[in-house]
Amino acid sequence: MDSVHSDQRHPDGRHPGERRPERPGPYLSLKILVAGGFGVGKTTFVGSVSEIRPLRTEEQLTEAGRPVDDLEGVERKTTTTVAMDFGRITFRDGLALYLFGTPGQDRFWFLWDELVSGALGAAVLADTRRLEDCFPAVDYFERRGIPFIVAVNCFAGFHTYPADEVRSALDLDPGTPVVMCDAREQGSAKEVLIALVEHARNIYSARQEDGSP
Amino acid sequence: MTDFPRQWFDDGSGRPVPPSPPPSTPPSTPEWFDDEAGPLVRLYAMTAGRARPTSEAFDLIAVVEAGEADEGAPPDRSPEHAAILALCRASPSSVADIAADSDLPVGVVRVLLGDLLDDGLIRVSRPVEPAQLPDEHILREVIDGLRAL
Repeated sequence: MDSVHSDQRHPDGRHPGERRPERPGPYLSLKILVAGGFGVGKTTFVGSVSEIRPLRTEEQLTEAGRPVDDLEGVERKTTTTVAMDFGRITFRDGLALYLFGTPGQDRFWFLWDELVSGALGAAVLADTRRLEDCFPAVDYFERRGIPFIVAVNCFAGFHTYPADEVRSALDLDPGTPVVMCDAREQGSAKEVLIALVEHARNIYSARQEDGSP
Repeated sequence: MTDFPRQWFDDGSGRPVPPSPPPSTPPSTPEWFDDEAGPLVRLYAMTAGRARPTSEAFDLIAVVEAGEADEGAPPDRSPEHAAILALCRASPSSVADIAADSDLPVGVVRVLLGDLLDDGLIRVSRPVEPAQLPDEHILREVIDGLRAL
């Protein structure tokens, strides 16, 4: 764990036991992405298992400091604020799981690249009425070797398909789990997360045995 | 931020609008005048024009801690720096939490955190890559924790 800290000393001669530890505690934070097409229930999903909050990010924070006379161009490249949902589940002091709802629109792929770095895995939400909406997410995680599962959000009143049909429609690797869920239900959403963490654990331990990264 | 743009527009009081200076932005571009334009303080104004933090440490889930208040405050930093520092002092927080709590965009928060790191006022713990998790009991703990929700 990297730790950067101040070397300032306390001038008041405080008892050493009262000092904050020089190194921060073993903070372990894990990141799971919740992906899928627009309107598939990502926000609902994150909100049903965690306290959801919006995160403001920006399409482009332009470097205005360089040439001052470039300001006109900077104005054209004005930033667009993109709201992204995230939630946190704290298991204990120093161990927390973060859920990030990935932006649905294709033009925000650049945000995914950062989100996916260091992610434990991803849950791709699918709506069987618009299965093709989750193709880009499936493709994205497959290409990068990110453990993911497909969670079919079973909207009330709609015919649900067997997992195998979804799997073949999405042309998934046989090892990729497909689960049914109701994103509105905490119990259902947490089962999705459990299935994902177990899947990720299997993949990472298999990779360690293989010696591959 | 200066308040000079105000005088460019008729404020409804019937007073004549000063003829000059003309707006640098053509009136046909409404970006300064409506809600969709976003904040009137441009983001790079908060970061003194910088788009990149001085450190690469600030992953969204990196945890930031700050020392106690008597360890000093940045003498010439902005209110946004102070707000972020106060959040970190209240409890160790992830970069994402700090951004949400301060209602600042993540990019801005990263730049400002970089300043605080340079000032020696914060410590940052980078997240562990999942592939490098020391042992699987952490994931077991996560699974058990999820079941207990």
